Amino acid sequence: MNAFVAQVKAETRLLFRNGEQLLLTLGIPVLLLVFFSTVKVVDLGSTPRVQTIVPGILALAVMSTAMVGLGIATGFERKYGVLKLLGSTPLGRPRLLLAKAATVAVVELLQFVVLATIGALLGWRPHLSLLLVIAAVLLGTACFAGIAFTLAGRLKGEVNLAAVNGLYLVLLLIGGMVVPLDNLPAPLRAVGRLLPSGALSDAMRQAVGETQRTGRPWLILMVWLLVAATAAVRLFRWE
Amino acid sequence: MRYGDVTAVTGISFTALAGQVTAVLGPNGAGKTSTIEALEGYRRPFAGSVRVAGLDPIADHAQLSTRIGVMLQEGGVYPSMRVGEAAELFCAYHGGVNQADQLVARVGLTDRRKRTWKQLSGGEQQRLKLALALAGAPDVVFLDEPTAGVDAEGRILIREIIRSLADKGTAVVLTTHELGEAERLADHVVILDKGRIVAKGTLAELRGQGAPEEIRFSAAPGLDLASLGSHLNGSVQELTSGEYVITAPPTPVNVARLTGWLAERNLPLADLRAGRQSLEDVFLRLTGNSDV
Repeated sequence: MNAFVAQVKAETRLLFRNGEQLLLTLGIPVLLLVFFSTVKVVDLGSTPRVQTIVPGILALAVMSTAMVGLGIATGFERKYGVLKLLGSTPLGRPRLLLAKAATVAVVELLQFVVLATIGALLGWRPHLSLLLVIAAVLLGTACFAGIAFTLAGRLKGEVNLAAVNGLYLVLLLIGGMVVPLDNLPAPLRAVGRLLPSGALSDAMRQAVGETQRTGRPWLILMVWLLVAATAAVRLFRWE
Repeated sequence: MRYGDVTAVTGISFTALAGQVTAVLGPNGAGKTSTIEALEGYRRPFAGSVRVAGLDPIADHAQLSTRIGVMLQEGGVYPSMRVGEAAELFCAYHGGVNQADQLVARVGLTDRRKRTWKQLSGGEQQRLKLALALAGAPDVVFLDEPTAGVDAEGRILIREIIRSLADKGTAVVLTTHELGEAERLADHVVILDKGRIVAKGTLAELRGQGAPEEIRFSAAPGLDLASLGSHLNGSVQELTSGEYVITAPPTPVNVARLTGWLAERNLPLADLRAGRQSLEDVFLRLTGNSDV
């Protein structure tokens, strides 16, 4: 078997063997989707709740996989010398990174299928622009992967774990993923819109919903991508 | 090799030949790992050059990676990956040069195939790491402390594998801080201390180098040292109970005199060493370091 394909298969298999990863990438998004779509915790106005909740949860799915899942796995692989050893094999570092990207894509595809199906069962009716969905997923993934590699490539395994989880919670709460930014107090809303999670939520609402299309969230994502990618390239250490 | 302002190793020069086991020996912190990691392409030497199979380990990494096998001192395997999966993955990296099952069997882990890395004992982990280093049937293997933390049985297996690799023409470069391992495994030994080479050569050359003028033997404790000394025209010391050292040239004549003196008194001789030192003697003399 081709080294790259073997690597993607191995990484995907390990991810699904790991209970915490499954909880993070599927369990929590599904739970939040069902809960906030059916229980009136936040006042979402007259539109069906699920219409507002699904785009945010799709953005959350991208963040869970590309930042938290990837970041924690990479951090521990660095700690256990996996990245170091694989760098000496014919797989090499560039293909190792490509394999990680492909693994993230596989997981995101699965997440979107599961979440869209559950959303549809709850009455979600998307106004889909496939092009914008792909653009949002690619930009969001690259952005969050940059953050993941910056932290995982610099911090110790356990410190990285704590940092990524803490960041996840903050970005989730004030990033418009479960509670729409419009429902947050004005100062928090202003900050939320500038966060990568807030920008991705906004972008995703444009991609699958009827929200008016503006360039602002896309621009914010691009700036974050530039910052995160530069930081990752500068700070990442293989061992 | 430098880390910031710290020079870890300097003035290192040696050649490891195909079909031979070269051991880089030294106490902890001597620079063994820095040296081997320069060969593996992980560290760029501050000055000087490194060639592996005629290639530059960093510039020619892609080409070289199919010809080398690496066993790191610490880790290298996904904690939740199974033994069989790791073997299959590494075989896939090398385009299936080896069969994963055979690789696992070679290091005696067939009945552990379904276990994950973190479920293995320290010795089993070392054996798996060795197997992964051999996945591409490499021309050159680098083993950083291959027998560290391995039980007696595992050590014997690992030594056999290393020996058979060299016998089939592979160049084996290993590091160890254990003199006994170097003595059992190596054809060539490079002794490092504080980042410098203090000696290098074959085991026989090293043992013969600067061998002191002395004869060591063991016999019953409490021999008459004065009588023996005058018989041999040298001085005799009892180092520990029953362990003696005679300061006299280790010539056949002197050995004959010693055994004659013992025979006259009907004293059994337990051990005798003349004109040859153990690697430990060489090492202690060169490094003044007993911390190995």
